[in-house]
Amino acid sequence: MPLKKVSGYGNLYRMKAIDKKTVQRVAHLARLEFDESQLELYSSQLASILSYIDKLNEVDTAATHPTSHPLASLKNVFRKDILKPSLSSDDALSSAPAKDGGFFVVPPVIEGK
Amino acid sequence: MENPCSSTAHKLLHDKIDPIKIGLSVSDRIKAVESKVKAFARVNPSPSWNKGKLAGIPTLIKDNICVKGEEATCASRILTGFKPPYDATVIRKLKDAGAALIGKANMDEFAFGSSCETSCYGPTHNPWNLDRIPGGSSGGSAAAVAADETILALGSDNGGSIRQPAALCGVVGLKPTYGRVSRYGLIAFASSLDQIGPITKDVEDAALLLSVIAGYDEMDSTSVDVPVPDYKKSIVKDIRNLRVGVPKEYFVKGIDPEVESAVKKAIGVLKDLGAKIVDISLPHTEYAVATYYIVGPAEASSNLARFDGVQYGLRAKDAKDIINMYTQTRSEGFGSEAKRRILLGTYCLSTGYYDAYYLKAQKVRTKIREDFERAFKLCDIIATPTAPTPAFKIGEKANDPLSMYLSDIFTIPANLAGIPAISIPCGLSKDGLPIGLQMMAKPFDEETIFRAAYTFEQSTDHHTKRPNL
Repeated sequence: MPLKKVSGYGNLYRMKAIDKKTVQRVAHLARLEFDESQLELYSSQLASILSYIDKLNEVDTAATHPTSHPLASLKNVFRKDILKPSLSSDDALSSAPAKDGGFFVVPPVIEGK
Repeated sequence: MENPCSSTAHKLLHDKIDPIKIGLSVSDRIKAVESKVKAFARVNPSPSWNKGKLAGIPTLIKDNICVKGEEATCASRILTGFKPPYDATVIRKLKDAGAALIGKANMDEFAFGSSCETSCYGPTHNPWNLDRIPGGSSGGSAAAVAADETILALGSDNGGSIRQPAALCGVVGLKPTYGRVSRYGLIAFASSLDQIGPITKDVEDAALLLSVIAGYDEMDSTSVDVPVPDYKKSIVKDIRNLRVGVPKEYFVKGIDPEVESAVKKAIGVLKDLGAKIVDISLPHTEYAVATYYIVGPAEASSNLARFDGVQYGLRAKDAKDIINMYTQTRSEGFGSEAKRRILLGTYCLSTGYYDAYYLKAQKVRTKIREDFERAFKLCDIIATPTAPTPAFKIGEKANDPLSMYLSDIFTIPANLAGIPAISIPCGLSKDGLPIGLQMMAKPFDEETIFRAAYTFEQSTDHHTKRPNL
């Protein structure tokens, strides 16, 4: 379990410090890779940032709703489903590193036999 | 007569100065000082312009805003060569108003930073002292305005990225209300915080530029369909009976004494001009930075997932399969601060941590928003310092991300609450570095901000001071 409940603090939690293995796991999720010295640096920097962020546990939010954006009145925004002109595929492909006809070209997704 | 490059848009337009003369003056100035300031990512050698509200007025655009056919990189290697196939809505509006788009401004990579040091092009220098940072992330925009390399500039503000560099460079910077200006064509950092706004030499120009770019846009579902007032009518020198709130939480240990004294003096000026000073409290201020450094990186890690070498920009060579191509491209393309924020954001959103970090931060965000709602029952405007210190030295905080993050302590709350906020010059430190006064107002009440800021500005001479370059 990544979190353990701290007695006497109601619903507040104490977060675990971040280690190199965790940084490596998160880096993989984010499709990044690091060498040993970078892992070292990021794990110590993230640990200090996260320990600062732990401050939030001082705030009692048991009865507070989350704010996901500042526009309280804004609900789902829909538009009418009407055909309109949009970018041509040539324009959409204009900055592609590799393309062929109307397609983006990428390295193999599934190993061929 | 002064050189057109040192003038303001409203004066140049009022005096009907020939746009060709303005363009030459600005381009001569760029030639003279840009090698020292390095405010530009790219200079447009032959900008076109048209008739309109901003006919021929040189305008510099932050490099995270799309101009059709012109490279936009967010000062990141990963977007090298990306030429947007469309104009951002603010760019379409500027073109319709006849503005001359003179180039793209340097910035912190993807707007991650408060110093302009994380740019892949290298840092921008503060025109008031070239060893100092200009602030960030819109550091190039603010430095260019301060150095008279442009008349107007656009920045974007997500935790102070317009106001903090404006304060550190001695110019005016406005973050409009969340939803006031369309973000269609702004390359996203944190979608619940980002807002585009003006950086200018005086308050009247900020009102003029906002009047051009503001308004509902069906291309941005978070822009709000409310009428845009005529901001020219807010350019009024009168703040009698305006209630100015001063939050005690913004004058705490750690704030530079010269900043504190300049801002308190400015509040005294507002009082002398007839404003009523009200002591207020924003009790959750101390949690704003921690909240922001969850919400911002979480949203950024999601927004930056699109940079994977497939559709635009950099692609790593010789990748053996697609996952390998993603990983190599992103590892080569992003700089160290971008990687740090992606890691932090991904961590806060990952299984087992979402509730403890992201959801918790969203709840504290509600508390911060409620602080402002309560405060605005007692006052019309809130006056504070913009930044806790004047510009620091280039390299001073580069290896200490947390201390860098804390330089946004006074600007972040307005982004979390979505309210409008301006920074205007209110003095110089004894080392000759600019100090900014921040004023915040209720959502969609940019008019009160303009009135208060204009009245202060026209009653003092801080905005007339220019760096010696």
